[in-house]
Amino acid sequence: MSQAEFDLIVVGGGHAGTEAALAAARMGARTGLITHRLDTLGQMSCNPAIGGVGKGHLAREIDALGGLMAQAADRAGIHFRRLNSSKGPAVRATRAQADRQLYRAAVRRALETARGLTLLQDSADDLLLESGRIRGVRTSSGLELRARAVVLTVGTFLGGQIHVGAARRPGGREGELPANRLAQRLRELDLPVGRLKTGTPPRLDAASVDFTVMRRQPGDRPRPVFSFMGRRDHHPRQVECHITHTTEATHDIVRARLRESPMYSGAIESTGPRYCPSLEDKVVRFAHRSSHQIFVEPEGLTSTEVYPNGISTSLPADAQLEFLATIPGFERARMSRPGYAIEYDYFDPRSLGADLQTQAIAGLYFAGQINGTTGYEEAGAQGLLAGINAALAVAGQPAFTPGREEAYMGVLVDDLVTRGVTEPYRMFTSRAEYRLRLREDNADARLTPAGRRLGLVGEARWKAFCVKQEAIAAERARLERCRATGADAAGAENALALLRRPDWDYPRVTALPEVGRRTAARGEWPELARQIEEGVEIEVRYAGYLKRQEAEIRRSRRMRNTSLPPELDYAGVGGLSNEAREKLARVRPATIGQAERIPGMTPAAVSRLLVHMKKRELQCA
Amino acid sequence: MADQSPHGPGARETGGTIVACATPPGRGGVAVIRVSGSGARAIARKMLGEAPPARQARLASLADSSGEVLDQGLALFFPAPNSFTGEDVLELQVHGSPVGCELLIARICELGARPAGPGEFSRRAFLNDRMDLSQAEAVADLIDAASASAARAAARSLRGAFSETVEALIARLTGLRAQLEATLDFPDEEIDLLEDREIKAGFVELGKQFARVTGAAERGRILRDGLNVVISGRPNAGKSSLLNALVGESAAIVADEPGTTRDLVRAGISVRGVPVELVDTAGLRAAEGGVEREGVRRARKALAEADLVLRVWDAAAGGLEPQPKPGRIVVRNKIDLTGEPPGVAADGVVNVSATAETGLEALRALLAESAGGPGEGAFSARARHVNSLREAQRRYREAAGLLERGHSPELIAEELRLAQERLAEITGAVSSDDLLGEIFSQFCIGK
Repeated sequence: MSQAEFDLIVVGGGHAGTEAALAAARMGARTGLITHRLDTLGQMSCNPAIGGVGKGHLAREIDALGGLMAQAADRAGIHFRRLNSSKGPAVRATRAQADRQLYRAAVRRALETARGLTLLQDSADDLLLESGRIRGVRTSSGLELRARAVVLTVGTFLGGQIHVGAARRPGGREGELPANRLAQRLRELDLPVGRLKTGTPPRLDAASVDFTVMRRQPGDRPRPVFSFMGRRDHHPRQVECHITHTTEATHDIVRARLRESPMYSGAIESTGPRYCPSLEDKVVRFAHRSSHQIFVEPEGLTSTEVYPNGISTSLPADAQLEFLATIPGFERARMSRPGYAIEYDYFDPRSLGADLQTQAIAGLYFAGQINGTTGYEEAGAQGLLAGINAALAVAGQPAFTPGREEAYMGVLVDDLVTRGVTEPYRMFTSRAEYRLRLREDNADARLTPAGRRLGLVGEARWKAFCVKQEAIAAERARLERCRATGADAAGAENALALLRRPDWDYPRVTALPEVGRRTAARGEWPELARQIEEGVEIEVRYAGYLKRQEAEIRRSRRMRNTSLPPELDYAGVGGLSNEAREKLARVRPATIGQAERIPGMTPAAVSRLLVHMKKRELQCA
Repeated sequence: MADQSPHGPGARETGGTIVACATPPGRGGVAVIRVSGSGARAIARKMLGEAPPARQARLASLADSSGEVLDQGLALFFPAPNSFTGEDVLELQVHGSPVGCELLIARICELGARPAGPGEFSRRAFLNDRMDLSQAEAVADLIDAASASAARAAARSLRGAFSETVEALIARLTGLRAQLEATLDFPDEEIDLLEDREIKAGFVELGKQFARVTGAAERGRILRDGLNVVISGRPNAGKSSLLNALVGESAAIVADEPGTTRDLVRAGISVRGVPVELVDTAGLRAAEGGVEREGVRRARKALAEADLVLRVWDAAAGGLEPQPKPGRIVVRNKIDLTGEPPGVAADGVVNVSATAETGLEALRALLAESAGGPGEGAFSARARHVNSLREAQRRYREAAGLLERGHSPELIAEELRLAQERLAEITGAVSSDDLLGEIFSQFCIGK
C-alpha cells in the first residue's frame, strides 16, 4: 500500500474521528487518520466524564457496534454511577468520571493496534476534488493523500473566537491553533454555515481546594461497568467526587460584574445551549435561587486539576477569581485556567444525507461538532456512522442508517439532518418517541447483529452476545415452567407472571425456594450474568408496553419507508407552497416519513409528495 | 410553542378504522355512511347482527347502543381489496338527515371506528393502488381542498370557550410532562425534592380539566354544525337586513350563540335541510377606537375562517362591483330601488331585495349548492376533536392509574406522551424540542 493512497481518510483525532477510523479499518477499508497532534488523540477537551442520561445510551450503542468509547471508559473510569436506577430501565444510564490520561492512553492503544489503520501527524489544508467528487486531501507538509472518501471530524476549529471578559482571540480548543486554511477552503464550497456558542468553567488546582467542607459523592455499589464486554477488574483505582454550591455572595459578584461578561455586553450574539447556562445566565434567569450546585470533577488520578462543573463563565479572569473565593471549598483555590466562552461556526447538518455524507460533494462526510452537536458521545456516534458509511460507499454497499425506533443514533442523525440545530445539540431521552425500546440494557440486542454483518463485531463480542441472548431466553422459559406457590404469590400462574407484578423483582422471585436461582451458562462472567438477569426482568415486565410501541411503529412504517429519490426536483411537484419547496429542497428527505418531520411541513404538502411519487411510479410502469 | 400545521388529519394518525358521511350533508333523500379499515367487518356484524355477504345490498335496521332504532337503510359490504379504499368497507345508505347521520356515526365510533380526517378515504384508496394516474391528479386537488376546508373548520371548532379550555388543557399537560421529563433527563439536578407532591397535584388538576372539557362536549353544548357563511360589505349595503330576511323566513332557527361578541352577530338557519351558520360582520369600516379595531380584527378573522362569503353590494350605490368566485357569492341588494329583476343575473351576481324579500329563493339555492363541496363542516371537525380529547383522556387515566399503583415514572411519562399526541391532533404538535424548552424555562438545569 502506498503511503499516499487510501480507501478513506479521516481528518481529526477527537471522539468522532477515532470512532470513524476504527470502524472503517475494522470493516476492511484502508484507512488513514490525520491529526495535527498524535498526543491529543482521544482528548477529553471539556469535562472528563463519559455517559449520563441519553449520552450513556449513545455510548452503549457505539459499544454494541464494536466501537471504542465504552471500553475506553472502563479502562479509564475512576468513579462510576448508574443514574435513574429507580425510575425505570429505559432512563437508567451509566456515567463514568474518567482519568484524562488513562482515557487518552486507551484510545491511543486501540488506534495503534488496529489493522489497516495508518496514523499521520499532519494537518489537512485542502480537499482534493474532481468533478464534484472527493479525491483526497492535501496536507500542510505538501503531501497529496488520495482517497475515495473523506470524513471530516474537525470539531470547533471553524472561525473560533474565545472570550474572557472583554478580551478575545481566535482559537479552537484552549491552547490549540485554529485550522483556518481548511476553514477557508470549506467556506469557498458554499456550504450553509451557522454560529454557536458554548462555555467552560475555570479549572482549579486540586491541591488548593478544600474538599472536607463539600458533600461527598461516592461511586455506586455495585459498581456498574460501561461496556457490554466490561469487567470490574478493567477499572483503575476509584475515587470520590464532591459537590459544593454557589452562595449569595457569589451571585452578588456576578451581578456586579455582569456588564463585563461578553454575553451581556453584546460582544457575543450567538445563543448558547439552554441546558448548559453560564453562571451569569443562572443568576439572571433564576434570580430567586440563592445557590446552584457545582460538581467538582477530578480530572484524573494523577492530574492536579479539578473541573468545577456548573459554573461555566466568560467573566473577566479577575471576576472569576473573586467569585470563586465565595464558594465553600474554593476560598483559597488557585485558578489554573480561566473559564471562557467560545463562538464557532458549524455546518448546517440539513445539507447532509442520513448517511452523513454532504450532498454537495460525493464522498465527503461530516461528523461531530462540525455538525452543531456537543458532547463526546454525540460526536462518537456520528463518527462511527460516518466511518461505517464511508467504508460501505467505498465498497459499493448501501448505507447503514438505523431508524429512530432502532437507536438513539438514529434519533440523533434524523434530528440533525431533518430539523437542524439552533443550539449545540445534546441527546436527551425525551427526544426519543420510542424511549421504552431504546434502553442501555438492550443496545446490543438492537445493534450487535447489524454490527456483526457489517464486520464491526469480533469473535469474542459475538460469542458473549450469543451467550447472553440464549441465557435470557432460557431463563424466561424456566420461569414460565416454575410454579409459584408461596402465600405472597397467590393467583400467579407461574414465576414469570409473578415477575410482572410491580412489587416483585427478579431477586425476590428467584429467592422463592420453588423457583431458585438459575445456573450460569458456559462463557459467562459475573458482569454478564448481571446483564442476563436484568434483561429477563425488563423484557418480562415491559412486554405489554413494548408490544404497543411495536404496533405503533408498524402502523407508520409504510409511510416512513416510502423513499424519495435524492435527485427529486421539488420545483416540479405540483401544489407545494414555496416554503414547503424550499424546506424540502434544503433537507432532501430520504423518505416520506422524514419529510413529515420537517418543522412546518403540512399534511397537505405531504399528500402532494405522495401523489407525485405515485404518479412517477405509474408513469414508469 | 407548537408547529401549528397539522390541524386536521394529522399524518401521524394513519391507521385504524375510519368513518364519515360520504355524501354532502343534507343533500336529497339518501346519505351514504362509509366505514373503512380492518374493523369494518366486526362493526358490520355488530350493527347488522350477521356477517354481511360481499357486495349484496340488504335492508337493515340500525340501532344505537340501547337498541333504539336510529334509521333503516341498505347495508353493503365490500371485502378488501375490491373496495373503494382497498380495505374492508361497509357502506350504509340511510335517510339523509344530518342529525341522523351524526348519531349513526357516533354509534359506529363506539364500535371502534374513529371519524375520518378530510380526504382520508381518498388517501387510503390512493395508497392502496385503487386509482389510476388521472384519478391521482384529482385526489391531490381534493386533498388540498379538503385540507383547506378542514383547517377552516378546525379553526371554527376551536373558537371561544372550547379553544380556551383545550389550550389550557394542553398547557397543563405540557407543564406536567416537563416536570416529569426533567426528573428523568436531569437526575443530578436539584428538582427531585419538589417532584412528588407537585406532580401529584398537577395530575389532579389535569384530571379536572379533562373532565370539564369532555363533559361539556358530551352534553353537546359546544357542538355546532353547519356551513359557515359570513356576510360582508360596506356599511349600509343592507347586510343586517339580508341576515334578518334569511333568518325571518327560515322555519327553524337552529341555534343562536350566547355571549356573542358585540361586533359579530351569528344566527343558525336551515337552507333546504343544510344547517347554515350566518355571521354578520356589522361594523367593518375604518375604525377609530380600540374596541372597533378589535371588531375589525374579528371580522377579518371570521372572513378567513368562512366556508362562504356573501358579499353584499348596494345596487343603488354604483362603483366597481366585486365579481363572484369560488367561495364568494355576490349579492346585489336593494333592487327594489333600481328595478332590476330578482334572481341570478348573467354575470353570476344574485339580485335581491332584502326588504321586499325578492330573489331570496335564488340565493338559498346557491347556498345549498355551495354546501355540497368537498368541505368539512365544523360539526365533523369538532367530532374529530372530541374523539381526540377522549383518547387523550383515556391515556391520562392510564397514567394516573400507574402513578397511583407506584409504577416507574418512565411509564407514566409514556402515557402522557401519547395523551399529548392525541391532543396534537387538535392544535398541532408540541415537539420534543418545545418540551425541552418548557423544561429549561421551568428549571435551572446545567452543570
